[in-house]
Amino acid sequence: MALTLSYFAWVRERMGVADEAVALPDDVHTVADLIAWLAARDDRGGLAFAEPARIRAAVDGQMVGPDAIVVGVAEIALFPPVTGG
Amino acid sequence: MIRVAVQPAAIDVAAELAAHDAGGHGASASFVGRVRGDGGLTELFLDHHPVLTVTGLEELASEAKKRWGISALTLIHRVGGMAPGETIVLVLASSPHRGEALAAVEFLIDRLKTDVMLWKRETFGDGRAAWVEQRGSDHKRAERWD
Repeated sequence: MALTLSYFAWVRERMGVADEAVALPDDVHTVADLIAWLAARDDRGGLAFAEPARIRAAVDGQMVGPDAIVVGVAEIALFPPVTGG
Repeated sequence: MIRVAVQPAAIDVAAELAAHDAGGHGASASFVGRVRGDGGLTELFLDHHPVLTVTGLEELASEAKKRWGISALTLIHRVGGMAPGETIVLVLASSPHRGEALAAVEFLIDRLKTDVMLWKRETFGDGRAAWVEQRGSDHKRAERWD
């Protein structure tokens, strides 16, 4: 199943794109696995995801923690801690 | 009445208050957040999620309505680029008596800062630009409502 990743704020700037379609490797099960995979995938990923503790995620519209399962989902947003208001 | 909006257009505070108050409420409380020009700031840019930012605001609005006897609520956040002095966020809450309206406004602005998908980037007159880091003090304020 096609998975869309979307990026925001400095995560988007470092990735150089706002979103992309990806096929997850079989060993990526959780948000933490996904972040580790992106960090190792290429230089821009290494730059954007060097500090997993500074990354937040929303899976199919719900804010989730690093242990959330990403297998079988349609959309994952990855972004820094929010700073609105 | 609940009105929630995420918009690139300037927030017309007077018009929003007039529309909000049209129902004739006993008590209306407000919070208006504006761009500060501290440190030579020339532009504040707000990044947002096309769907989840407004969803997040709607969830906070219904939570406030559930917690307090709120008869009207307006929650508007601006996105995109804005200059010092411009309004970033407007929160209006009404109830028969002041306590509920004041509490709801404080809850909404505190939780908005930690729960809703919005990100600030500051640009300064000397060309520097930086994304704003989340503050621990904002989390402490937001946690008071857990």
